Amino acid sequence: MIKTDVVIVGAGPVGLFTVHQLGIKGLKAEVIDNLDKAGGQCIELYPDKPIYDIPAIPECTGKELTENLLKQIKPFKTNFHLNDRVQEVSNENNNWVVKTNKNKVFSAPNIIIAGGVGSFEPRKISLKESEKYEGKNIFYSVSDKNKFKGKKVVIFGGGDSALDWTLELSKISNVTLIHRRDEFRGAPYTLNKIKKLEKAGKLQVKTKYQISSIEGDVNIKSITIKNDEEKTIKIDTDYVLGFFGLIMQLGPIAEWGLNMNKKTISVNTENFQTNKKGIFAIGDICSYPGKERLILSGFHEAALASVECFKRARPNEKYRFQFTTSSKEIQERLGRKPK
Amino acid sequence: MSKITYIDSSGNSKTIDVANGLSVMEGAIQNNIPGIDADCGGGMACATCHVYVKEEWLNKLDKPEDAEQDMIDMAFEPKKNSRLSCQLIVSDKLDGLIVTTPSKQT
Ligand SMILES: Cc1cc2nc3c(=O)[nH]c(=O)nc-3n(C[C@H](O)[C@H](O)[C@H](O)COP(=O)(O)OP(=O)(O)OC[C@H]3O[C@@H](n4cnc5c(N)ncnc54)[C@H](O)[C@@H]3O)c2cc1C
Ligand code: FES
Repeated sequence: MIKTDVVIVGAGPVGLFTVHQLGIKGLKAEVIDNLDKAGGQCIELYPDKPIYDIPAIPECTGKELTENLLKQIKPFKTNFHLNDRVQEVSNENNNWVVKTNKNKVFSAPNIIIAGGVGSFEPRKISLKESEKYEGKNIFYSVSDKNKFKGKKVVIFGGGDSALDWTLELSKISNVTLIHRRDEFRGAPYTLNKIKKLEKAGKLQVKTKYQISSIEGDVNIKSITIKNDEEKTIKIDTDYVLGFFGLIMQLGPIAEWGLNMNKKTISVNTENFQTNKKGIFAIGDICSYPGKERLILSGFHEAALASVECFKRARPNEKYRFQFTTSSKEIQERLGRKPK
Repeated sequence: MSKITYIDSSGNSKTIDVANGLSVMEGAIQNNIPGIDADCGGGMACATCHVYVKEEWLNKLDKPEDAEQDMIDMAFEPKKNSRLSCQLIVSDKLDGLIVTTPSKQT
C-alpha cells in the first residue's frame, strides 16, 4: 500500500499542474494514468497543433505544453504510475483507498480526479460477436508480432498504425488491408510501398469496404465485408487487427458514487470538491455553472482544490496564503536558493 | 435561428431552433438531444458527434475537410452521408437540415 497526501487520477495538463500546486504547499502526490505517457489530450490528440490561449505563452504545441509542465514539476520528484487505470475507490478509516487495474493500492486523505473525458481506449469493432474473439483472434494493438507468423491476417484502418502493421506483417503473414474509403490518412510513403506490394501480389488491399459479420466457432474462421452497394466478400482469416483510433471511456469513475451530470462530475466552485468529502474533480471532467473546457480553467481549479487538500492532509497546521516570489518555504520546495 | 431536425436511430424526431453560428453538435448538446456525445467538445478529435445527413442535404453542405474525413474513419459505423456535427455550422443555408444520429457513438 502506497501512502500519500493526494492521489491524482489522470496525467493530462490539469493533473500535471495539480502536482505543482500541491507541491508548493508541501503536499506529496502520486499520479496514475491509463496512457503510456503524461499529457492527456494534448499529447494523444494534438501533440503538434499549436495552442494560443495559455496565459503568457503566445503559442506552444500540445507536446511543448506537456514538456514544460513536466519541467515545472520536476523538483517534486513525483511518482507516475502509467499504463494503469484507477478501478476502485473505497473508504477506510477516513482515508480513501484507491485500487488500480494492476492491483496497486494507494491510501490518501484526498483524491483529485483530473480524468478528462475518461481514459483513452482503442475503438473496437462494432459487431457484437467480435467480443468473444477479442484477445484471441481480434486485437487492437500488437504486442508480439511473431504470433501472426505464417497466418492469415486482416487489418482494418486507414491511419499510420494500420499502414505500418500492414507493411511489417506482410513480411511474415498473408495480409489483407481493408479501409472504408479510397483515401488513407497514413503516411503517403508507406502507402506507396503497400501499393507496390499489392501489385506484386504480396498482399491484398480492399477499399470502400467495412466489416459486416464474423464467422467462426472457438476461433475465427472468416469475416465478411460489405461496401456501400451492399456487395459482400467473405475472407478467410486467422486474425483480425483493428486500428480505428482511440475513444475516451469514462469507465469505472461512473461507479464511485459521485454526483454525475452526463459524463461529468458535479463540483462546487469553492474548492472543486464532489459530493464526497476528500474527492475532488477538476479539468474537463468536472461541471459547474459556466464551466468552460479549457486548460486555463483546469489550472485555476487545481489551485483551489489543492488548498482544501492541504487542510484535510494537515489538519493540525494552519493554511497560509503565500506568493512564490516571496516565500522562502516555497522556494526551498522548488529547490531554489531563496533570494 | 435555423430549424434543425435530429432523428434518433429508432426514428424519434425533434426539431430545434438553433442560433446561427452554433454548430449542429452544440445545438444538440444545449437542447439535451440524446445520441451525440461530443467527447472532445468540438475539437474534431473524437468522432463522437457523428451524424448521418439526410441524402438531399448532402450536396447542399460545404464538403468536409480532409481532417474531418480522417476522423469519420474512426466513427461508429460510418456511411457515405456521415458528417461530424461539430463541423456543421448553422446558418440560413442550413435551415431545415435533417440529421440522424447513429445507434451509438462508441
Ligand atoms: C483537438 C483539440 C484541441 C484543443 N485545443 C485547446 C486549446 O487551444 N486551448 C485549450 O485551453 N484547450 C484546448 N483543448 C482542450 C484541452 O485539451 C482539454 O481541456 C485538456 O486536455 C483537459 O485536461 P485534463 O487534464 O482535464 O484532461 P485530459 O487531457 O483529457 O487528461 C485526462 C487523463 O486522465 C486519464 N484517465 C482518465 N480516467 C482514468 C482512470 N480511471 N485511470 C487512469 N487514468 C485515467 C486519461 O488517460 C488522460 O490521460 C483542445 C482539445 C482538443 C481535443
Ligand atoms: S465533438 Fe469531437 S469530433 Fe466533433
